[in-house]
Amino acid sequence: MKPAPFDYYAPRTIEEAYKLLAEAGGGATVLAGGQTLMPLLALRMSQPFILVDINKIDALKGVTRVTNSAGSRVERRASGGPQGEAQEAPSTSATRIGPVVRQNEVIADETLRRCLPVLVTATRHVGHHQTRNRGTIGGSIALGEPAAELPATAAALGASIEVRSVRGTRRVRADEMYLAPYATALEPDELITTIEFPDWPSDTVPLFREVARRPGDFALVGLVGALAIESGRISRAGIAWFGMGPVPMKARQAEAALTGQSVAALDVQSIAELAVADTAPFDDRHASAEYRRTVGRRIFARALGEALNVRQAA
Amino acid sequence: MSEHKIELTINGRRQQATVEGRKTLCDFLRVDTGCTGVHVGCEHGVCGACTVIIDGLAVRSCLMLAVQTDGCAVTTVEGLAAPDGALHPVQQALRDEHGVQCGFCTPGVVMTLAALTDGPKRPDADTLLDAMSGHICRCTGYQGIRRAACKLASKTGAEKP
Ligand SMILES: Cc1cc2nc3c(=O)[nH]c(=O)nc-3n(C[C@@H](O)[C@H](O)[C@H](O)COP(=O)(O)OP(=O)(O)OC[C@H]3O[C@@H](n4cnc5c(N)ncnc54)[C@H](O)[C@@H]3O)c2cc1C
Ligand code: FES
Ligand code: FES
Repeated sequence: MKPAPFDYYAPRTIEEAYKLLAEAGGGATVLAGGQTLMPLLALRMSQPFILVDINKIDALKGVTRVTNSAGSRVERRASGGPQGEAQEAPSTSATRIGPVVRQNEVIADETLRRCLPVLVTATRHVGHHQTRNRGTIGGSIALGEPAAELPATAAALGASIEVRSVRGTRRVRADEMYLAPYATALEPDELITTIEFPDWPSDTVPLFREVARRPGDFALVGLVGALAIESGRISRAGIAWFGMGPVPMKARQAEAALTGQSVAALDVQSIAELAVADTAPFDDRHASAEYRRTVGRRIFARALGEALNVRQAA
Repeated sequence: MSEHKIELTINGRRQQATVEGRKTLCDFLRVDTGCTGVHVGCEHGVCGACTVIIDGLAVRSCLMLAVQTDGCAVTTVEGLAAPDGALHPVQQALRDEHGVQCGFCTPGVVMTLAALTDGPKRPDADTLLDAMSGHICRCTGYQGIRRAACKLASKTGAEKP
């Protein structure tokens, strides 16, 4: 239960950090909040030669608002995702979050509370108060745990992830970041340097539901997203599941069915059915796939119904 | 395998040490500085027994490296009671409400409640009870701990029975 020996480095700049990663040729690991990596080291499931602690890099901290960000062009992988999605619309403004922002800092941040209430709600469900004091947003995004809240939130809201290495800077769409459980599009020498969330229209309703055994546990089933509403119609929908497959699962069919629909005329049950069709839940010792699908269908219908009722009453 | 010189404050006393890069904070506090009130239950972040306060925040000391606390102020349960032995309000509340049995989880529980209630704003009961999800107690059935947390909370929050 003690980590195997390694050399510890705590660089002050992004450049120093990715140079260390490059020089180690795959033998180095980034240490952010340590709330996942430290257990992996203790259990010796991870045995790097070099640990690169990024907690002292000031350039990886803080929350900033950007308008017309020159870099909002998002790299598309050759295989290509579905075309013509709502998220493709070029965003004029966005919120950029440094990866070393602690999860409890996300919850307390005034800008994020105003601009990204869904992210704040989702982050409240990540672990416990004590783990959120150290755990970072970037660490959770980098890890790609299938039942984690934040990768799904990033995928649902159309976030992009800026990564840097000695080879340069690139951006990865959050919904193309996750390849398999704990496997991401990140190369071993790449560092996440920013997570950028595009602004949604001002009239956007959040969606969030999580079912877990106890508060702070990983989700058995979780749902996160946002619906933008313009003159009684849904102009844009971004929805993703967590704990419902090997990676965050985008509810693409439900998004398409919702987009352009009048709020008053929606058939909530049939859209819930479509949403669950885009999942691939598994049996494990916590719950069966069938349980997850049943619960998923119900929480989707309930969350959507409530979100729209609130809108109609307003 | 790297070694590092660190300088930190432990329970108000400035201290220097040389630590191996891989040494966890809980091992450093227990073995090198004698703060055996830091209890180590699971050693991988699940139980909360090892919770200490670093620069005002409750964190799990098994999930930090000692080298990361260079320049920090660390408080362990040894640093809470007054020099004359008078208990910290959190310790007193847990004692009054029978929130302690074997005492293994207790230092962690105490440190979380102390970090939250010694802060600038006194949290409501819901906040304190929510933070208790980060601790596992195998003896008390939690009711005494809940009562102590509610007693320590600001009265504006919704108190739970
Ligand atoms: C008791 C407990 C309960 C938890 N419950 C939940 C939960 O309900 N939901 C949940 O989502 N998580 C949960 N977690 C995990 C969460 O707390 C972690 O914070 C998170 O998974 C990882 O973030 P971190 O900052 O701690 O990263 P670390 O543990 O430091 O790193 C995690 C991984 O990401 C890599 N990494 C970190 N930052 C970067 C970066 N900037 N660039 C490239 N790679 C990077 C590391 O190399 C490592 O592989 C729980 C943890 C514990 C101990
Ligand atoms: S010993 Fe640190 S959480 Fe259990
Ligand atoms: S008092 Fe024994 S574990 Fe809590």
